[in-house]
Amino acid sequence: MLTTQIVLAAEEPSPVLPHTSEVILGLVAFGVLLFVLWKFAVPRFEKLYEERASQIEGGIEKAEKAQAEAQQALEQYNQQLAEARTEAAKIRDDARLESEQIREEIRAEAQAEAARIVAQGESQLQAQKAQIIAELRSEMGRQSVELAGRIVGESLEDEERRNRTVERFLAELDSAGAGK
Amino acid sequence: MGTLVLAEGFVPPGAGDFNLPPIFGAVTKPMLLVVMSVVIIAAFFVITSRNMKVVPGKTQFVAESIYSFTRNTIAREHIGSKDFQRFVPLIFTLFTFVFVNNIYGIIPIIQFPTMSHIGFPLALSILVVYPVYHYVGMRRHGVGGYLKNQLFPAGVPGPIYILLTPIEFFSKFVMNPITLAIRVFAAMFAGHLIILVFTLAGEWLLVEASAALKPVAAVSFAFAIAMTFLEALIMTIQAYVFALLAASYIGMALAEDH
Repeated sequence: MLTTQIVLAAEEPSPVLPHTSEVILGLVAFGVLLFVLWKFAVPRFEKLYEERASQIEGGIEKAEKAQAEAQQALEQYNQQLAEARTEAAKIRDDARLESEQIREEIRAEAQAEAARIVAQGESQLQAQKAQIIAELRSEMGRQSVELAGRIVGESLEDEERRNRTVERFLAELDSAGAGK
Repeated sequence: MGTLVLAEGFVPPGAGDFNLPPIFGAVTKPMLLVVMSVVIIAAFFVITSRNMKVVPGKTQFVAESIYSFTRNTIAREHIGSKDFQRFVPLIFTLFTFVFVNNIYGIIPIIQFPTMSHIGFPLALSILVVYPVYHYVGMRRHGVGGYLKNQLFPAGVPGPIYILLTPIEFFSKFVMNPITLAIRVFAAMFAGHLIILVFTLAGEWLLVEASAALKPVAAVSFAFAIAMTFLEALIMTIQAYVFALLAASYIGMALAEDH
């Protein structure tokens, strides 16, 4: 048993000494694999990477374009907004001016109308006053003459006298009114 | 005598367990696995990349994630965005090849990390990565310029070169490819060995140990499972590191000065 063990141990080849056949086989196997992967696998992966990169780049480009467009639209919108604002301000100013003017006109018109109405009323009043005065004057003359006739018992039939008397009376009345 | 007792009781797995008998002719399991890995990777990426959409589906997403990981995270970061494009196939193949051959170690039935046979990582590092980075460096700077760049880094006071230049030469022209291969080989070898130890010990404890020791088998199996998860992580990291270092060597060779 002891001898067989020793013999076995002596027969064991050192594990750090390579077998020539394995070195050759390893090299050939590796070479074949390298060739296959180089020829068939790697180019496909690289192609895929390129495709993916170009797609991503395309996507980025598209996004950039969209962003630029959005920016442009925003600028346009802002510009339009500013324009609209100035226009609105202008319209507002105009409207204010116009309303002021209209108000002025209306006021002037109203004043004129008022003045006219006042004047009209005044003239009407004057006319009525004059008429009333005239009426009163004649009425009063007649009645006073009548009264006076009754009182003095004499008919102041005489036209001339009567008129004179009335005139005098009225002048007195006038002067009394003025003196007041 | 202690070893003898141990040998009679439980035989721990050793380097010999990595030398599997040929399946037919001179073809061994790792050889078959390597060929299978080429078919698996090539088929997966050729089929998934056949009909790709700009918006990826599930499978395409997986394939794309792996590709873009090697392309952007490894190649572009370490070679530089100016030159990385033409090295993407190399880095991509290195990562997927090493990854699949590592992850074999935890796939049921297969359960053997191909990279635990040093011949395979050596083939990649010495015969692929090493010539590539020296070649592109010399193409870029000319032989003299490249050697000057690599062996006489700028910004070092004169006498230091006596010390620095041999070290730089040793690390860049001798050690880099060897360490690159040994790193992944050792991780896979050790990882597989640990899983083997726990699994075989569990089996032995369960079948042949005395009744009192049998329950310990559960602990052993539990560790085997835990180590399997850890291995999954290490296998991925090692594939990443392998591709990353290859990229960084290329990047350093192309750099004006470092």
